[in-house]
Amino acid sequence: MNLTLATAGRVLDQLRADHRTIALVLVLPCLLIGLIAWMFDGTPVLDQFGPMLVGLFPLIVMFLVTSVATLRERQSGTLERLMTTPVRKGDFVAGYALAFATLALFQSLVVVGFATLVGMDVAGPLGLVIVVALLDAVLGCCLGLAASALARSEFQAVQMMPAILFPQLITCGLLMPRDEMPQVLEWLSRVFPLTYAIEAMQGLAAGDQWVDIRGAVGVIALFIVGAVALGVLTLPRRTP
Amino acid sequence: MVNNPAGGEPAIRVRDLRIERGGRAVIDGLDVDVPAGSVVGLLGPSGSGKTTLMRAVVGVQDRVTGTVDVLGLPAGAPELRRRVGYVTQAASVYTDLTVAQNLGYFAALAGVAPTRRRDTVGRVVAEVDLGGHEKQVVATLSGGERSRVSLAAALVGDPELLVLDEPTVGLDPVLRRDLWALFRELSRTGRTLLVSSHVMDEATQCDRLLLMRAGGLVADLTPEELMQQTGAPDAERAFLALIDRSAGATEGTAR
Repeated sequence: MNLTLATAGRVLDQLRADHRTIALVLVLPCLLIGLIAWMFDGTPVLDQFGPMLVGLFPLIVMFLVTSVATLRERQSGTLERLMTTPVRKGDFVAGYALAFATLALFQSLVVVGFATLVGMDVAGPLGLVIVVALLDAVLGCCLGLAASALARSEFQAVQMMPAILFPQLITCGLLMPRDEMPQVLEWLSRVFPLTYAIEAMQGLAAGDQWVDIRGAVGVIALFIVGAVALGVLTLPRRTP
Repeated sequence: MVNNPAGGEPAIRVRDLRIERGGRAVIDGLDVDVPAGSVVGLLGPSGSGKTTLMRAVVGVQDRVTGTVDVLGLPAGAPELRRRVGYVTQAASVYTDLTVAQNLGYFAALAGVAPTRRRDTVGRVVAEVDLGGHEKQVVATLSGGERSRVSLAAALVGDPELLVLDEPTVGLDPVLRRDLWALFRELSRTGRTLLVSSHVMDEATQCDRLLLMRAGGLVADLTPEELMQQTGAPDAERAFLALIDRSAGATEGTAR
C-alpha cells in the first residue's frame, strides 16, 4: 500500500511538472461541450445529451493519456528498473490509477461545472452526474493502462483507442437505442463497460435517482477493478 | 546488516546458464562465481552477453535456463529486490522530475522510512558528487550527471549486491576515479559489486575479472594474472590478446 502511494505521488509529481497536459485534460472536454452548446443553442439537446458527453469526453481523454504511460516507462528503462525493486506490479498499476483518478476528480468537477454554466439542465441530481463522470474517467484510465500494457510500440499504443473504445461507442446506445439493434449487437453491448456509463447518464438526464442507476454504477466499478487486474496480469516482470 | 560470509557462499553463483534472445542462444552453458565482498569486473566486446547476464542476475531476463543463485536465493526472488541494486546502461530515471524527487521515490521503494528519506537522499547525492543539483530537473542535466543520478537511485536502499552496467560511460577521468574509489569503499564495507565496463584501465581496479566473448567465459582471473599471462604492457592490450587467443582457439576446434 505504501509503495502504491509512493508511486501515485511520483506520477502526480510528473503531472504537476507538465502544465500543458493538465491544461489539456481540464480545458479540452470543456471546449468540446462548449461547441455543442453553441451549435444546439435554444434546443434541449444539451440537457438530453450533455450528461452523456460529460461522461464520454473525459473517458476518451484519460484513456489516451494513460495508454501512453506504461509504454513511456518501458521505453525509458524505468519499468525494467522498477521490476528489480520491491514495488509490486499491483503497486505500479494501482499507483498510476490512483494518480490519474485524482486528476479525473478535478476534471469531472470542472467539466460538469462548465456544462452547467453553458446551460446543461439535468433532471436527476447533479452530484450523481459528477460521481458517474468521475467513474467514467477512472474507467478510461484503467482501460488505458490495461491497453498500454498490451501495446509493444507507439504505433500499437495509439491504435488501442479506436480498437478498444470505438466498438463500444458504436454499440453503447448513443447512435441507436439498444433495443432497436440487431440481437447479437445488443448482447455485445451488454459486455462493454461504456454501455453502462451511457445508461447511467441517460437515466440521470431523464430524472433517475440513485436507486435507478446504482446497478449500472456497480457494473462500471467492477470493470474498473477488472481493468486494473488485467493491467497487472499483462505486465511482464521478465522480458526477452 | 550486511551478510558477508568470509570465504563462504559466493554472492552470485551461475551454473549451466543458457539464455535465448531472438531465437538464438546469446549465452550457452555459462558457469561463473562472483565472490562476496569483492569488486568483480565484467569485460568483453559489445554483444558478448554482459548485459544479458546482468539482467539474468537481477531477474528481469526472460527465457533463462540453468541456475542463477544470488545471495543464496534464486535470481529474481522477491526477497532479493531489497538486497540487490541494479543500474541499467542507459540512465533509467524520470527525466521530468528533479534529482531529489527521483531519489526520494526510489528511497520509498527501497523501504527507507519517510523521516530518513531526506538524509538518505543527501548521502547518495554526496556519494555520486551531485551536491547542489538536488532541485534540478533531470532533463536539464548532462549525460554524465544523469548516469550518476541513475547510480544514486541504486544506492538509496544500501543494497548488499550492486549490479552496475557500464556506470562510468561518458564520465571524465576525475569522476571515474572518484566513482571507483566509491566502489572500493562499498566493497570494503562488505558489499559485492558486479561492474561491466568498456574502459580497460578500470579493470585494474577490480579484485577479479570476468572476460566474456560470444556468450561464453574466456577468462576468470585477477588483474595481476591477466597481465602476467599475456605479458602485455597495459590492460587494454592484455584484454585484446586474450580475446584474440580465444577467438583463435574456437576457430581451431571448429576446423
